[in-house]
Amino acid sequence: MLFTPYGVVIDSTPAVCGKNIIVKHCFFYELLFFFFFLTVCMTNCPTLIVTVGLPARGKTYISKKLTRYLNWIDVPTKEFNVGQYRRECVKIYKSFEFFRPDNEEGLKIRKQCALAALNDVRQFLTDEGGQVAVFDATNTTRERRETIIRFAEQNGFKVFFVESVCEDPDVIAENIVQVKLGSPDYTHCNTEEAVADFMKRIKCYENSYQPLDEELDRDLSFIKIIDVGRRYLVNRVQDHIQSRIVYYLMNIHITPRSIYLCRHGESDLNIKGRIGGDSGLSARGKEFAKALSQFIQSQNIRDLKVWTSQMKRTIQTAEALGVPYEQWKALNEIDAGVCEELMYEEIQQRYPQEFALRDQDKYRYRYPKGESYEDLVQRLEPVIMELERQENVLVICHQAVMRCLLAYFLDKTAEELPYLKCTLHTVLKLTPMAYGCKVESVCLNVDAVNTHRDRPSVRLTNTHPLSMSVSLVVKKPPRLLSLKGKCASPEPPLSQVLGSLMI
Amino acid sequence: MYTEQKELTQTPLLKIWVPGMGSSLGQRRGSSRPQFTNCPTMIVMVGLPARGKTYISKKLTRYLNWIGVPTQGEACASNALKDIANYFTKEQGQVAVFDATNTTRERRGVIISFAKERGYKVFFIESVCDDPEIIEANIMQVKLSSPDYENYNKEAALVDFLKRIDCYKMSYVPLDEEKDRHLAFIKIFNVGSRYLVNRVQDHIQSRIVYYLMNIHVTPRSIYLSRHGESELNLLGRIGGDSGLSSQGQKYAKALAEFIRGQAIKNLKVWTSHMKRTIQTAEALGVPYEQWKALNEIDAGVCEEMMYEEIQATHPEEFALRDQDKYRYRYPKGESYEDLVHRLEPVIMELERQENVLVICHQAVMRCLLAYFLDKSADDLPHLKCPLHTVLKLTPLAYGCKVESFYLNIQAVNTHRDRPTNVNIARKTEEALQTVPEHL
Repeated sequence: MLFTPYGVVIDSTPAVCGKNIIVKHCFFYELLFFFFFLTVCMTNCPTLIVTVGLPARGKTYISKKLTRYLNWIDVPTKEFNVGQYRRECVKIYKSFEFFRPDNEEGLKIRKQCALAALNDVRQFLTDEGGQVAVFDATNTTRERRETIIRFAEQNGFKVFFVESVCEDPDVIAENIVQVKLGSPDYTHCNTEEAVADFMKRIKCYENSYQPLDEELDRDLSFIKIIDVGRRYLVNRVQDHIQSRIVYYLMNIHITPRSIYLCRHGESDLNIKGRIGGDSGLSARGKEFAKALSQFIQSQNIRDLKVWTSQMKRTIQTAEALGVPYEQWKALNEIDAGVCEELMYEEIQQRYPQEFALRDQDKYRYRYPKGESYEDLVQRLEPVIMELERQENVLVICHQAVMRCLLAYFLDKTAEELPYLKCTLHTVLKLTPMAYGCKVESVCLNVDAVNTHRDRPSVRLTNTHPLSMSVSLVVKKPPRLLSLKGKCASPEPPLSQVLGSLMI
Repeated sequence: MYTEQKELTQTPLLKIWVPGMGSSLGQRRGSSRPQFTNCPTMIVMVGLPARGKTYISKKLTRYLNWIGVPTQGEACASNALKDIANYFTKEQGQVAVFDATNTTRERRGVIISFAKERGYKVFFIESVCDDPEIIEANIMQVKLSSPDYENYNKEAALVDFLKRIDCYKMSYVPLDEEKDRHLAFIKIFNVGSRYLVNRVQDHIQSRIVYYLMNIHVTPRSIYLSRHGESELNLLGRIGGDSGLSSQGQKYAKALAEFIRGQAIKNLKVWTSHMKRTIQTAEALGVPYEQWKALNEIDAGVCEEMMYEEIQATHPEEFALRDQDKYRYRYPKGESYEDLVHRLEPVIMELERQENVLVICHQAVMRCLLAYFLDKSADDLPHLKCPLHTVLKLTPLAYGCKVESFYLNIQAVNTHRDRPTNVNIARKTEEALQTVPEHL
């Protein structure tokens, strides 16, 4: 899968770069192409992100968060935590002595684990269609980083280093408390013992730590994050994905805060069982707005920002709060195109094939003259970016939109996203915690209709492709393009499967 | 505190829901303008001469204005600070770019105090370059044509300018990681190979940093063209998703020939998701990328209508559109302002790329062109982007060279000028005065 910025992801065969493409060409050109490839690395090369830094500097936090973000924007990404490999190899963690620089046995095992992880990286990026792999380890010596660079070169991966440098003892202590104490390494210790041991572990790395250097490492691509984002040094960003990664890393922060997500109050169209539209709140919806106002006040939230869409029902809900709010067009509900304001029964009647197609792949299905969840995610990306920058925010939005936002925070897959439960009159409070997000669901006890439609139990699988009308082809543009440019579809996209697919 | 809900009405032009009877945007509690920043920001350039400060200032100013942040560049030294205060208070500007060398800590101190007194934020952009080739290229591109060197020959001018730089070098104190750690700034090294970013304070500074990190100075050209003439174009209908007419197909072939003739290195081709741009690209026989963001403006309830029909069914809407074509949003559709917002990622990627051919639509092309040619929101919706014409944009000095290539394939005219009478009460003939001919 090729990563293309903000566009339809053009599925080219994974063999666009790397060893495979050489295999596809006859030997005569093989050498030529090999050298061509060495000098011109296309933006569709897999990328290996390598973390660098002493323990408790937030490397795993960054790795996991970045992985979550990239997967959400449809870049297949996976993180490989070397510590995890070490825990599988050395079943019982005794003490920091394992990490002493003069512990030969320890060094051997740690090197083996790193290589095992790199092997899995290779598999993910070369054989499993991965686009980005995050290699999460200390990687504190130039020698270790050299090994990784050579590995990447051999396999045709681009390398981007992410170094976290921090000397603030408070931040480090907080890290240790939040994520280290709960680690399997310390299940048998009390807090003081664990902290003492971990500090000694950090010491083991300090003497041999060679931070990335402006001069010595001037040919490498990297970002150095200093003091949790106070300062950044960015060197040689090579391509679009690295540029997006840098932008993301520069917008995230770790200041404690909460994000509140809820839908507008029940609307008139909700009651009628109709989707989309731009109707106002029903009587119960107005009740909810009132209840929301009381709830928000009771939460005593510092400097709360309130965001709505530009649709009447979210704005009416926000108006009840009596505080300033900002309207985002990007938060508007998914555009159901020709199905706007129809009931599901009417859609089934008028567009039975569309209805069936939607159930087959609810994430990628695009309403005729409308949008898909996939489109929604793209249009919500700036909202997510700004949510990362902000602190306490209440987002009053819509069902499909809320599912997309929730999927980002809770790391849900594209498969799960369209079926997440986002009921009316319920507020979700998300609080970043350790490596993830704590969710508290608050039902404000105002009745409302249920608008959730589960995945139907009987899902018809693709049969042979039937011929399709021109208009449907237009709706789902050709997704596969070979290097030669002609539209080559060895496998028909979902939309081409028509005919007798009825629920 | 819970407030009793007032009825909401939708403002006729922007289609924004507001409480009460459509009071002005500034007074409402809800705001539909993105909150880029809550106080005016001064961007202060720092660096020796010929380091690209003016290039960056002008480009950044152009970008910020295009995305809707009122920005002004200031190129002079002495009275500029007063002008900036004026711009913020009287003219409601949000960002002022102070383009001067500002090479001493003392000078920067003066600016910081000035800003602090008035509650402005300050963001420094320093350009550091020690590559003599780049510096010489800068001098050749932009300094030699300056009025200062009217009477010099090239070599003499170069020598003189290098000596001028030397005068500043003695007292130059670059921004320092340690000593200036409380300031918000970005240091750009050698035209972007490295950046040092310190204390980004808010959203607009974050966007500025992202923009600066994506621009480059490698020579390249951007080709803009619309799809070939479509079936709906022939019928004088707007929007929709029709295919190419026979003339449109001819254009696609002509475009392929033109592109081949240009012998462009590593050309990327982008289209929208609409049939007519894709059909046009297919004729080129090269890989292309589809962007939903490049889709034509959504005319909502007016999709696939002729102007005459819009006038017949929605005469007030038609008049409102003529009154403020940039901000006017079709019912259940979009405005040019919305378009710009959705095209921003396209512009960002265009900045990253080198040679690109963008096959798009009339309104979309107007927005992109306005960005490259620094056209105001008032001019943007009226830019001429006829069918079957390719515009080749080549960055040059501080601006953009435009070459227009009409590929000699007949097509209908789809450009509708602003009619004389834009009053809601106007007569039908007055409304339809400037509608182009169609079948």
